[in-house]
Amino acid sequence: MTIRSARPDRGQHFRPRMLCLNKLEVIVVEMQDPKSGVTGSEQKLNVTTIPHVFAGKDIIAWIANKMKTPPEEAHVFGTMLVAFGYIYPLQNHKMLVMCNDTSLYRFQAPYFWPTQKWVADDSDYAIYLAKRNIRKKGMLEPYEQAHYNHLHKWLNHKWDFIVMQATEQYKAGKERKKPDRVVFDCQERAYWILNRPPRRTHSAMDCGPERLIDPNEDEKISFDQYRRKNMFYQQAIMRSKVKSSVSLGALVKYITTYKTHDPFLAPCQPSNPWQTDNDTYWTLNMRGVDVPTKMRVERWSFSLFELLTDLRGRDDFKVFLKKEFSGENLAFWEAAEELKWGTGSSMSAKAETIFKTFLAPGAPRWINIDGRTMGLTVKGLDHPHRYVLEAAQTHVFLLMKKDTFFRYLKSPVYKDIQKKALSPETHNFSPAQLEQNAQNRSPGIHPIILWQQEEEEKAKTAAASAPVDVKAMMSKIDRKK
Amino acid sequence: MACQGLQKGETLASLKTESDGLKKKLEVERGKLNDVELHQVAEKTEVLGALSIKTRRVLKGHGAKVLCMDWCKDKRRLVSSSQVRTSTDLWTREHGVSLPCTWVMACAYAPSGCAVACGGLDNKCSVIPLSLDKDENLAAKKKSVAMHTNYVSGCTFTNSDMQMLTSSGDGTCALWDVESGQLLQSFHGHTADVLSLDLAPSETGNTFVSGGCDRKANVWDMRSGQNIQSFESHESDINCVKYYPSGDAFASASDDATCRFYDLRADREVAVYQKDSIVFGASTVDFSLSGRLLFAGYNDYTINAWDVLKGNRVSILFGHENRVSRVKLSPDGTAICSASWDNTLRIWA
Repeated sequence: MTIRSARPDRGQHFRPRMLCLNKLEVIVVEMQDPKSGVTGSEQKLNVTTIPHVFAGKDIIAWIANKMKTPPEEAHVFGTMLVAFGYIYPLQNHKMLVMCNDTSLYRFQAPYFWPTQKWVADDSDYAIYLAKRNIRKKGMLEPYEQAHYNHLHKWLNHKWDFIVMQATEQYKAGKERKKPDRVVFDCQERAYWILNRPPRRTHSAMDCGPERLIDPNEDEKISFDQYRRKNMFYQQAIMRSKVKSSVSLGALVKYITTYKTHDPFLAPCQPSNPWQTDNDTYWTLNMRGVDVPTKMRVERWSFSLFELLTDLRGRDDFKVFLKKEFSGENLAFWEAAEELKWGTGSSMSAKAETIFKTFLAPGAPRWINIDGRTMGLTVKGLDHPHRYVLEAAQTHVFLLMKKDTFFRYLKSPVYKDIQKKALSPETHNFSPAQLEQNAQNRSPGIHPIILWQQEEEEKAKTAAASAPVDVKAMMSKIDRKK
Repeated sequence: MACQGLQKGETLASLKTESDGLKKKLEVERGKLNDVELHQVAEKTEVLGALSIKTRRVLKGHGAKVLCMDWCKDKRRLVSSSQVRTSTDLWTREHGVSLPCTWVMACAYAPSGCAVACGGLDNKCSVIPLSLDKDENLAAKKKSVAMHTNYVSGCTFTNSDMQMLTSSGDGTCALWDVESGQLLQSFHGHTADVLSLDLAPSETGNTFVSGGCDRKANVWDMRSGQNIQSFESHESDINCVKYYPSGDAFASASDDATCRFYDLRADREVAVYQKDSIVFGASTVDFSLSGRLLFAGYNDYTINAWDVLKGNRVSILFGHENRVSRVKLSPDGTAICSASWDNTLRIWA
């Protein structure tokens, strides 16, 4: 448990919903059924005999049988029963795991079961520690001692009450029969290890920062919220939907298209760097590579989005567009993206450049969009905002998607790169070579360096492809004359 | 929308009845176009072969629970955040940055690879520029960008380093300009903590989905701040939402021990991934590159891999010794990284 020194109110709020508790309780009750449950035995612990003790492997076998799961899954489930505190270990009581062997466990009393409704109280913990302090004559474990000191400080105002309660409980405990007392002590200790886990214990009650919503309360909805909800439902009812066969068909088609490109379903060529510790796959697929791989080139043909997202593909597309003298559409799209995702302060400057370069009458890279969109866009540029170019950008993108993209796929540029593309041979490393590879792992070029290189490239191409200012040229020539 | 008083004839009860009626009507409308189920469409797809996924790396070095992680676009580096007693380590594999904040619940790598963002119980989300100089004090350059009125549960950069989306325990999501720290758009509609968000991968990139403790998964339009679609079929808090690679669907993981798959165009839930033996909440999900596999991390320390189309579980990954807090596919799909409360990260391939 983290002791947050800045906040006195600790862990008394709402936890995440623990829906699993109900299901776990049902299972735990079944496990303890004398006829169909797990078979237990008696065990001697020091001098006392403790009843109803179970071996880890028996519990796991019962779970595997009941839930029809493989043994590893049953083992995990067993561990979770311990981590939630329904079962506690008799040996190694700080390790809340179930071991698939003859280690001994007992079922926790329902009094100590975890509940959603209330959390383990600090006052109760203080009483428990005080009681333990009395019994152990001041010899608490280090983590317990730390908690004790902390609680003594924070609950100082209640301390007399706490000590009184602790003494009462201690006296009452002494009057019980020895086996009962030992059992109760084990149960209580298990409860507190679960709710105030020591440092290396993984407890399922340790669930991190609280959520702000109370899982025990029903949601209270105000009339205004209802009104909004109703409006939303009405809009949702009217919204056009697609037939399931169509949309699900599209999802399946996507999977089928990409199945050979998914490293979990089909092997990477030449090999998955994580499996063989050989970087070739990454080196072959870098941003600035001269000749791409066949898989990469194939992926460009799946959609315009894929082609543009892979910057190497975008370069190839630009080569094609240059040949067709229709590079302005893509250039406009790129500029509009920069405007949309850029900083607020650079927006007006960018908007002006875009207007001068692409939209103004007689602009050097004038894009051909319909009159209405052009009109709206130009008007919007008077007061530029992030999405001012949205309409024009969508128009241009659709144009590229429906026409230019397909012409690209049929073009000599694409066919050429398809021919040139590499098809690396599958690696076949021996175990010794794999060892060697593991020794020679490298982190690759730092992304900051890659980014700097890319920025330089961008600046160079921008300068090279900047439209020629005819007037300036003419005046230069005039001056020379 | 102005908060008006109750109109004549309206009572809380009448509004509630109207609401329930409309909800049923919506289900009927959704059902009208439901001409086929996912597993029927998937009958023609071949069955997946056995997967052999193993742990390839175990990253130790955090001194406490690892809460979140994100991959860098270079496919090998990652940033992870954790909780270490009173201070937090924001950790890329080269640097360790200490921040004066407990429980850094969200972290993200910037698209350029030059910065990371993180946020948590300090109610803020900050951006830290990275440096090639290993000895530089990165914490000094930390810049607060997002300010919420409660904890920050998720954050992600948009298509550039300049904008950031955050989700918060105060029930809202927000879009921020990183340079100025200005709030560009806020998204209201959840009635409880928002625990997760994910940006759409589609070409327009203008929508995102969020999931929260009110059991709803909402789809938002980033331009207008409007809630476009909402799905309410989980029985408990939604811990994580993730888009399908094509952007036309998304998956969610919840404390009710199920993961669900929603089709955005058909506007309904199309699959539920659950098993009687899986009783503990799912805290995180991610798809494989083709969308065929769904990896989900659970509170019983395991990761299950589901066949998205056929609905059955194809693999269980054991190895973590405490809750799995985050599962994320690497940018080129070659590996899955899992972060856990057992203080380690594992890379599986």
